[in-house]
Amino acid sequence: MEYETVVMISQITALLFFIALFLAIVIYVFWPGNKKKFDEASRLPFENDEPDAGNGRG
Amino acid sequence: MKSNTQAIAWGAFSDILALAAAIGCIMLGLLFAVAGRDEAIAFHGWVFAAAAAIAAVYLFKYTFESSETSDETGYFDGPVRVATIATVFWGVVGFLVGDLIAWQLAYPVLNFDLPWTSFARLRPVHTSAVIFAFGGNALLATSFYVVQRTCRARLAGRWSPWFVIWGYQLFLVLAASGYVLGVTQSKEYAEPEWYVDLWLTLVWVVYLLVFLGTLARRKEPHIYVANWFYLAFIVTVAMLHLVNNTALPVSFLGAKSYVVFGGVQDAMTQWWYGHNAVGFFLTAGFLGMMYYFVPKRAERPVYSYRLSIVHFWSLIFLYIWAGPHHLHYTALPDWAQTLGMTFSVMLWMPSWGGMINGLMTLSGAWDKLRTDPVIRMLVVSVAFYGMSTFEGPLMSVKAVNSLSHYTDWTIGHVHSGALGWVGFVSFGAVYCLVPWLWHRKGLYSQRLVEWHFWVSTLGILLYITSMWVSGILQGLMWRAYDSLGFLEYSFVETVEAMHPFYIIRAIGGLLFVIGSLLMAWNIWRTVRGDEPVDMKDQPRIAAAPELRGSSGAALPAAAE
Repeated sequence: MEYETVVMISQITALLFFIALFLAIVIYVFWPGNKKKFDEASRLPFENDEPDAGNGRG
Repeated sequence: MKSNTQAIAWGAFSDILALAAAIGCIMLGLLFAVAGRDEAIAFHGWVFAAAAAIAAVYLFKYTFESSETSDETGYFDGPVRVATIATVFWGVVGFLVGDLIAWQLAYPVLNFDLPWTSFARLRPVHTSAVIFAFGGNALLATSFYVVQRTCRARLAGRWSPWFVIWGYQLFLVLAASGYVLGVTQSKEYAEPEWYVDLWLTLVWVVYLLVFLGTLARRKEPHIYVANWFYLAFIVTVAMLHLVNNTALPVSFLGAKSYVVFGGVQDAMTQWWYGHNAVGFFLTAGFLGMMYYFVPKRAERPVYSYRLSIVHFWSLIFLYIWAGPHHLHYTALPDWAQTLGMTFSVMLWMPSWGGMINGLMTLSGAWDKLRTDPVIRMLVVSVAFYGMSTFEGPLMSVKAVNSLSHYTDWTIGHVHSGALGWVGFVSFGAVYCLVPWLWHRKGLYSQRLVEWHFWVSTLGILLYITSMWVSGILQGLMWRAYDSLGFLEYSFVETVEAMHPFYIIRAIGGLLFVIGSLLMAWNIWRTVRGDEPVDMKDQPRIAAAPELRGSSGAALPAAAE
């Protein structure tokens, strides 16, 4: 295979891969069913301050 | 729940195992001390054996003499406290050494004509002390604190968290003392020799296991975004460290080793490591800190949790490719340089997304910037993050880099990120953590935090502005030609021209050191339990959780 061909294939593959990846992230983030999950997660820093909250060793 | 006897049996088993490991380490240390092929490794053998002996004595007393049954409920905060104190201690050390070498550059006589105090040996002491000792301990302390609170789970392991914290301090002592004695593998930010690298590998693997173990036993269904950033930091640093330090020792009892890569491959591996040390150690880890401490201190959820997820994934997928921008116009193939530049420019997006997310968390509560110097420190750190992540991609553009590379502009850029972003976000986190961890009503003095903030900010501004001027001046002088096509200036003329800026920079650094001393004093008084002098000015959140009362208003909803 020619060098130019390898470059072209790898560039296009990388371009498509990163765009697909980014789209997947954005779809996941804006999926309506995930909203509740993210709202709950954003409150985690405020919920388990008290030392006894981590009680027990699972 | 496990039965009580079973738990006690497991506890006794891990005590014995820890004791055996400590005794094994004493033997290993003594082997190097006695049979070491050079003075440095023999000295390090003694240090290693002594550290292991202290651990063994402690473990022996704990296992066989202590009658109290250990309390293994609640959060495991002992290691967090040690790492918090270590953060302050190493911070002061690292800033002091940094300022000393800044004065050395202005006045070379301060090298004292001794090998141990020369710039070349003290410079890695400074960089390792601020990045790995100050920054690393801040990351250890906050990651162990945050993962427990956001997972509602006790830290995994009985001795492992202690091993991570103290093993890491031992790594720092071995690394720094090695530099002063002239032991180095000459890779920037990866100077420690093979045996110290192996020790760090062991510590880091245990760190990863403790972190993963804690995530695995979480009682919250979600893994909070801060933990994602911490995990990316731990995993990536492990990978970077292993690849970049692949080296063969000349002798298994000697300090010297040779890196397996050569030429441009070595350079590329080094800067793949070097830039991702910035990206994952100094950025991803500290973003984890930002995503916990900014919302926590502001008492508001992060501006957009969705944006934080986009921030995370795009940051980690882009950062790993940016390294080649350190090697513009070198033997590195052109396409690799362009690739590094392109990914660096693309990093603008996630970096600024994250900055906006951090800043906008304050939306509707901007008045806190006026009344609470701790949140101001955190927010200004995010502003510096935005500024240095704007400057970085700009400098990675080849045309700009041809002016900026090898000049003081780079030093100024690094320090706006290191002092402004990493320094201030760590100071903010330490000021939050200390009253929370030591069960205090607040900090000893909020007014001292105010002083720390302004003195350090002034120091940073002097530092970065002088380095901008000096760097651009230097770059322009290097590329100036006269009418006959000869270089206009000799190298020494550029050095002379930089002298006044070196003095300004060293004064800026001195102010930053003074700020850190104010912090050390304030933390010392808070830990000692002295009555706060300005309790009425401190916000409710400054107090330890159990001392806060429930007067706080309900949390506002996350903005969308």
